[in-house]
Amino acid sequence: MSISLIKNKTCIVIGASHAGVNFAFSLRREGWEGDIILYDADPFLPYHRPPLSKAYLTSEDGIDKNLLKSEESYAKEGITLNLGVYVKSMDRKLKHIILGDGSIQSYDKLIIATGARPIMPSIQGLANSNNVFPLRTATDVSNIRSAVKNSANKEVVVIGGGYIGLETAASLKKLGAKVTVLEREERILARVTAPEMSTFFQNLHLENGVDILTSKNVIALESNNEAKIVRCDDGTSYRADLIIIGVGIFVNKELAAAAGLDIENGIKVDETAKTNDEDIYAIGDCTFHYNPHYDRYIRLESVQNAVDQAKVAATSICGKETQYDTVPWFWSDQYDVKLQMVGLSQGYDQVIVRRENNDNKCLSFWYFKGEILLAVDAVNNAKAYVYGTKLIKRGEIINKENLMDCEEDLKIAHLISPIIG
Amino acid sequence: MAKITFITSDNETITLEGTSGSVMALAVDNGIKGIDGDCGGVCSCATCHVHVAAEDMDKTGSASEIEADMLELDDNVDEFSRLCCQLEISDSIDGIVLKVAK
Repeated sequence: MSISLIKNKTCIVIGASHAGVNFAFSLRREGWEGDIILYDADPFLPYHRPPLSKAYLTSEDGIDKNLLKSEESYAKEGITLNLGVYVKSMDRKLKHIILGDGSIQSYDKLIIATGARPIMPSIQGLANSNNVFPLRTATDVSNIRSAVKNSANKEVVVIGGGYIGLETAASLKKLGAKVTVLEREERILARVTAPEMSTFFQNLHLENGVDILTSKNVIALESNNEAKIVRCDDGTSYRADLIIIGVGIFVNKELAAAAGLDIENGIKVDETAKTNDEDIYAIGDCTFHYNPHYDRYIRLESVQNAVDQAKVAATSICGKETQYDTVPWFWSDQYDVKLQMVGLSQGYDQVIVRRENNDNKCLSFWYFKGEILLAVDAVNNAKAYVYGTKLIKRGEIINKENLMDCEEDLKIAHLISPIIG
Repeated sequence: MAKITFITSDNETITLEGTSGSVMALAVDNGIKGIDGDCGGVCSCATCHVHVAAEDMDKTGSASEIEADMLELDDNVDEFSRLCCQLEISDSIDGIVLKVAK
């Protein structure tokens, strides 16, 4: 499709978070002259999600301090924002979507950026208990803030020791809460990192007065007027005034599935973010997409993926050659520790841990499969993160002996110097 | 209040006025091309790289250690490079000129 054909066409975007909003602005920048209409069930102007469990939770800011774009930016770019609007279904034959109130909106191109929603586990007594919160939206955060404020004891149990659970634990501690994290696996962050890094974060939380208990499978929640009791299958129980749920997400794929789009571990898209329907793209957390670098289909929950896929979809719709080919990256802030991660470590067979200048808080974890560097997790060590990014992208062979030598400063030339002998 | 001038990679010159917050947020709100600020301003993504005009370096100061490390993600880094999420708007940076990195 050439740009001249784009006038008088309508592009609809379902979901106005990182992926949907960045897509809309990118599409305009790429030359789309027709309507761009965003829909989201969330009533607030689109906002940054990563700070919700971090700095935003501990601040008293309103969500207006945390916006992806100012309200005027949408008007300026001719992007229509329909907030607090629920999309009920889509019809691929008639090329329209049906909204919650039954009204119909036609499209020429449709973008599914529906993201994901927190899993609320089927724990006995959880569904009808008050003061139980997931953390995904601005509303969740304001509910958590007021529950903490209104609680005299401020005892919090966090169910799930993944990034959301751990970041929330650190933030609530800062707000004066007494926090216990219950993790079902034998270690926290088990799905995403090496055991050494799990240990580092477990100790970090301990030093900051947050209890992290592992192999804790929560089976029941009992409430009385005073408090809640969280019961685990090993017979232990924990008192709580409020409970945070951070046990992972479900992809919001129902609209796409009902319309007969290909679904695997998410909405399946090609290297331009296009679904099996020529006029429908999917971007962000909800997609199951091909990653050329790792040569496999993956699903990612990250800002980087949302933003980069948005740009690829926008470029492709405007008729330009493009391919989604990135090395994924992530970050997490807990207490005074900045964790930056690049690459995908799944399938590693060796981890090399570096500690700079004998500093226990400046670490990096280098994940290898054979001689291939898969991923780097860097703790308070932006240099390791940046070098890791460059080396993974270039597919460089690392001199592991030099990498292990912590007496020597981290330098790219040293890391890739030929192995002798 | 500070007036800040951006020169984009298309050589477009745009002067904006801000009172508080980061220079990155000001640029994003006004759609300055080339400044994305994907991480929301926590020095994690390096998508808000600018080159400060040489004569303005005394107003902005140079990059902190983590910022300098992050800037190395971009091959165009030089001694005038800053991530503008780390530049707070105040009277003291009034009049600076920033060239958006390519």
